[in-house]
Amino acid sequence: MSAKKETLGKTIGIVVAVCLACSIVVSGAAVGLRELQKTNAAIDKQSNIVEAAGLMDIANGDIAGTFDKYVEERFVDLSTGTYVDVPDGFDMYRAAKDPDYMVRVEGSNVGFLRRSSVASVYVVKNDAGKVERVVLPVHGSGLWDLMYGFLAIDADGNTVRELVYYQHKETPGLGAEILNPSWKAKWDGKKLFKDGEVAIQVKKNANPDNEYAVDALSGATLTSNGVQNTLSYWVGENGFGPYLKKQSWKS
Amino acid sequence: MAEAKEMKKVLFGPILDNNPIALQILGVCSALAITTKLETALVMSLALTAVCAFSNLFISIIRNHIPSSVRIIIQMTIIASLVIVVDQILKAYSYQVAKELSVFVGLIITNCIVMGRAEAYAMKSPPFMSFLDGIGNGLGYSFVLIVIGTIKELFGFGTILGFEILPLVQNGGWYQGNGLLILPFSSFILIGGLIWFIRTIRPEQVEPKE
Repeated sequence: MSAKKETLGKTIGIVVAVCLACSIVVSGAAVGLRELQKTNAAIDKQSNIVEAAGLMDIANGDIAGTFDKYVEERFVDLSTGTYVDVPDGFDMYRAAKDPDYMVRVEGSNVGFLRRSSVASVYVVKNDAGKVERVVLPVHGSGLWDLMYGFLAIDADGNTVRELVYYQHKETPGLGAEILNPSWKAKWDGKKLFKDGEVAIQVKKNANPDNEYAVDALSGATLTSNGVQNTLSYWVGENGFGPYLKKQSWKS
Repeated sequence: MAEAKEMKKVLFGPILDNNPIALQILGVCSALAITTKLETALVMSLALTAVCAFSNLFISIIRNHIPSSVRIIIQMTIIASLVIVVDQILKAYSYQVAKELSVFVGLIITNCIVMGRAEAYAMKSPPFMSFLDGIGNGLGYSFVLIVIGTIKELFGFGTILGFEILPLVQNGGWYQGNGLLILPFSSFILIGGLIWFIRTIRPEQVEPKE
């Protein structure tokens, strides 16, 4: 028996058979579950936007429905701040590598070298159809890796409502405290601009009454700096600055 | 009766008497990395138990046909396929946890417990016993992960499965979270302590002095 199973033909036969069976199982699982996974990924993103929109209580578990009802995705040309149309399936993070959209980032320590010239924004309306918040996707480097999040701004284009990070690799207990509800709550009501300049600061021992400063995370200086750089870049001239000045959502 | 006794030994032996982490010292790397929170530890335990059980089962079924010259590769192929399937299922049904476990689910492929049991047990034993052996070793791994995960989450974050047990200072409570326990390497100390504990109640596991 053992002598027989060592022949070249049998060895190859077994290997091919095992590989074939395994590949069928793997591709079967991948194809069969793809739709579910896509839905999951979409819901995950939507739930972060819904959280940034401050609609978690209203949603009461129905993320997709709430998202469809109150949130509208628009696309903004970052250099002019006006709404533009984009092809279906546009993704601002993928577009950063597309020659048609690529813009180099220079003179900033935000942590990435390219961004898309067109960005998504999520306009949040209330039941009456009035714009309540705009949710801006932001990202920038933290201590270990890029941190991706959503910044929700009041319809006045200046007051921060939420800063929700949904993807990061910061140290648990230190940098990962950017997800701590009590730290997140500190952002509500802070102002981004003072006399047209970006004034928001993440700094140590910030006075809670200071409208332009948020207390930095203790033990996570580099993560706090990363949050600062991210915001400075994205609400500044090279980011959503023109859009926030123009307040395109009002027209 | 002997059959039932043997089954019991295969299934529950690995928890204390022949624990894959504490005695065989296999699969320690993943035990270090994903025990920061109990929930991830639980999902990882489940995933590993499933992979270990089914890889043992399939390898045992075809064990008489596997040419010994390529047996490791065939074992790897089967294990890798199972891991990918588990990863896909996690992404489909438990997206949040899958995101946290990220690369570690994929790394089950290289987890020595799975390979070790396939090579040491499934290649020589009938399918059903191999399946039980896989579950047993999965349970042994789970036991360590759950103990470590509970300690780390309770004293590091003051929570268990996300429920607040010891209110943290950051959230207005009285408990100062132990930052050391949140970092992966503290599991080394905890696993060491666990091995010490197990060997104290099971002195026969202590290796003879050289």
